[in-house]
Amino acid sequence: MNIENIKSQFPIFSKKINGKPLVYLDSSNSSQKPMCVINRLNDFYKNEFSNIGRSIHSLAVNATNKFEETRVSVKNFINAKFKEEIIFTKNATEAINLVAATFGQQNIEKGDEIIITELEHHSNYVPWHFLRETKKAIIKFAPINEDGDIIVDKFKELITSKTKIVAVTHLSNVTGTIVPIKEIVEIAHKKNVPVLVDGCQSVPHIKVDVADLDCDFYAFSAHKVYGPTGVGILYAKKKWLEKLPPYIGGGAMISEVKKDKIIYAPLPEKYEAGTMPTAEVITFNESIKFMESIGKDNLMKHEKEITNYALEKLRKINSVKIIGNPKNKAGVIAFTIKGIHPHDIATILDEDGVAIRAGHHCCQIFHEKMNLTATARASIGIYNTKDDIDVLCNAIQNCRKIFDLK
Amino acid sequence: MDLKQLYQDIILEHGKSPRNLGKCEGYSHEAKGYNPLCGDKVHVYLKLDNGKKVEGLTFEGDGCAISLASTSIMTELVKGKSFDEVKEIMNAFLDMITNTSKIQSNHLDEDQKTKLMSLSGVKQFPMRVKCATLAWHTLNSAIEGKKKEVNTEAID
Repeated sequence: MNIENIKSQFPIFSKKINGKPLVYLDSSNSSQKPMCVINRLNDFYKNEFSNIGRSIHSLAVNATNKFEETRVSVKNFINAKFKEEIIFTKNATEAINLVAATFGQQNIEKGDEIIITELEHHSNYVPWHFLRETKKAIIKFAPINEDGDIIVDKFKELITSKTKIVAVTHLSNVTGTIVPIKEIVEIAHKKNVPVLVDGCQSVPHIKVDVADLDCDFYAFSAHKVYGPTGVGILYAKKKWLEKLPPYIGGGAMISEVKKDKIIYAPLPEKYEAGTMPTAEVITFNESIKFMESIGKDNLMKHEKEITNYALEKLRKINSVKIIGNPKNKAGVIAFTIKGIHPHDIATILDEDGVAIRAGHHCCQIFHEKMNLTATARASIGIYNTKDDIDVLCNAIQNCRKIFDLK
Repeated sequence: MDLKQLYQDIILEHGKSPRNLGKCEGYSHEAKGYNPLCGDKVHVYLKLDNGKKVEGLTFEGDGCAISLASTSIMTELVKGKSFDEVKEIMNAFLDMITNTSKIQSNHLDEDQKTKLMSLSGVKQFPMRVKCATLAWHTLNSAIEGKKKEVNTEAID
């Protein structure tokens, strides 16, 4: 795979940031967009725009077909069984809220337990907290060890007859931990407990096969997969989507409306009320094609190489500490520099054109567990090169110089 | 934007060795501040003398160089000032950092103004303004006897 060729497909890399070439190491937050995605969005608004669904005219029929084509592409991309199992939402956060709200309404009662982990992003904690507030449910946190790995035996011990659902990330957005989802699903299913997986960080970077994982729910967002903002994806086993109540009510999610009764639309429309991000969903098909043109094997090999190179170089810099050392690690590297606060690091790196993130990365539970207030985070995407890592390391040396570190 | 303007020697020095760290004896006012975006925390303790002027101001906290330096410099500058004078200095500081890049105050000498001016570079880094203002908002809260923790995300 020619990586320079891939980078050249992203027009943002021809821009200068603070007079320097952009080194983008914030893909865990959101990825940059290739030209094919930008063009598709533009082209749809220019030549094909229409809302989808009810209208009879040609533009509407075309838009509806294209919208459904993306659904089929997503289904194939994550190996779901039926296209009705793919629901489009506003973002992954909304997808998780959809499950928490509808599953909670139907299945959670006072004293019931929800198991999440200490690795979770706030978006896979707060929606469950709502059920703690409204239903008096109990949230249990599966612990992690110093390396940032979930302690699977401890997780196992947490499951009781009161446990109603497990919600867990596939890939940590702080430590890069790749969580053994298949093992967790097997353990939970033995006790008849369904599992929701937060796949925001995994779908762009590792192979995801929901049939193989056998999870009940899988949520991710398009904007981290080199796609447009405004689109989240919820995969859910058909049996759940048929059984659970609807979430947002309005147009498109109904099949019949009378003064005394309403019949909801069949799947997937039951969960897609109102006008959807039509252009963005249609555009997301290009992102999937882009991912498929590279191939997950090539992508993973490249990102692994860059990640290993980065870890090796960063570990050689005095006073840099990498947070977590998980068994299986993807290209997310949280670090601290003794004597320099992460926000100062981020500001100084930005002057060198290096975009990283600093803060708690929406994972306050993790940071508290590790006794950290904040960390700096460099995260790898398909466009990153070893040169990018060299620039990062030089910029870190510049931080150390400004702060006069030995 | 210029990093040297942001990270002046005086800021780095105060950031590394903040003055008036800890809890002072016999304080009458205190307040906590928190910046949820970066996790910066500050807890100020204020002691007054008989003439109702600031006898001592100390703090406990954790934060970036900008936030620590701003807090440290603040604790030095407000000593011997009345509440009204402290508020005037605070407003002058906020005006400098969000608006004019200049400090206009009747209650500071030239040396003190220079010290505060070392933080004026923050104005060019909008994401960092809250780092510099957290301590001042927290001191204001202590003076006004507010019970609620100052949260930078809830300040205009």
